[in-house]
Amino acid sequence: MWQALYEELGDRGFVPITIAVDASADDARPFIEKANPAHPSLIDTEHVVAHRYGMINVPTVVWIDEDGHIARPNTMEYGSDLFLEFTGRESGPFLEAVRAWVETGEIRGDETVPSEMPPPTEEEELARAEWALGWFLHQRGSTEAAHRHFDLAGELSPDDWMIRRGSMPIRGQNPMGPEFFELFKDWESRGKRSYASMASERRSE
Amino acid sequence: MTTIPFTIIENAKTHEVGAAASAGNADSVLRVPTEATLEALGWTQKPEGLCQGDVCIPIASRPELMTSEGVDLVGLGEMLGRPVAIDREESVASFGAEVASHGQQLAGGVAPDFTLPDLSGKEHSLSSFKGKKVLLIAYASW
Repeated sequence: MWQALYEELGDRGFVPITIAVDASADDARPFIEKANPAHPSLIDTEHVVAHRYGMINVPTVVWIDEDGHIARPNTMEYGSDLFLEFTGRESGPFLEAVRAWVETGEIRGDETVPSEMPPPTEEEELARAEWALGWFLHQRGSTEAAHRHFDLAGELSPDDWMIRRGSMPIRGQNPMGPEFFELFKDWESRGKRSYASMASERRSE
Repeated sequence: MTTIPFTIIENAKTHEVGAAASAGNADSVLRVPTEATLEALGWTQKPEGLCQGDVCIPIASRPELMTSEGVDLVGLGEMLGRPVAIDREESVASFGAEVASHGQQLAGGVAPDFTLPDLSGKEHSLSSFKGKKVLLIAYASW
């Protein structure tokens, strides 16, 4: 879907960059090969972008302007309506917003778009450090120790799906299975924290 | 005294810093080789303290931070304002981002640079796209 948008808007100085936050290039390969993109389609096994941008779930989109500034902060957006039933978020208005941005510089958003990137908390940053430790240990074959640190990371930052759901395939858990339903219920019970709610909570601190 | 090779992870890079010194007792201060650890984290020790670029952090008030046995890993994290995840048994520690400046960077609207490979292994940096409107999309198979 992003390739189509690139074909449409690429000659007006627009480029989508897709980042697969996956455990290996092989996990991302089927998606990338199917899309056959001409735009950069990158692999982020170490969660570098996820951590630097304070991303807590996928799909997260950020708009970056010509000067390297964040034009529109982290939001959950979809390029198609394939999962509309689950997400409740239509792709049409978002794609129109991107077109408007490219054509006129207008930044469109709604109440789900935070006014600025939420600053990370100590717990979130420690959770990311724990995740990186777990990932290192997993690659080294210290599986039990790896899982201990993934668990710690999840306890420190329970609303970080990048960590809690992202570690499921690494641990041989089905990311659509029982652990996911637990995570979802947990998130709901804590008030369905989102980028917008994080930004507004932290603004008032 | 047990000495085990120690690994520091920071910014998605791993650094072997040499043997850690610890009595093996979980309550004792975990110390790691000072110079190699500071280098891994991008800091140097100068008369003014610990320095990185133009910034120096005075350490005179923390005489126990660095001894002949090495630098206190937990204490170092506190000095640098960075959370540290530690696994003593596995001899590895992972430093998180410096919380205050990371928050300032993001809230200030700076889009952090990054360099990542595509499927063919070729690396791409965000900074090479200056002059374009970039739509950054993070997704996953999960």
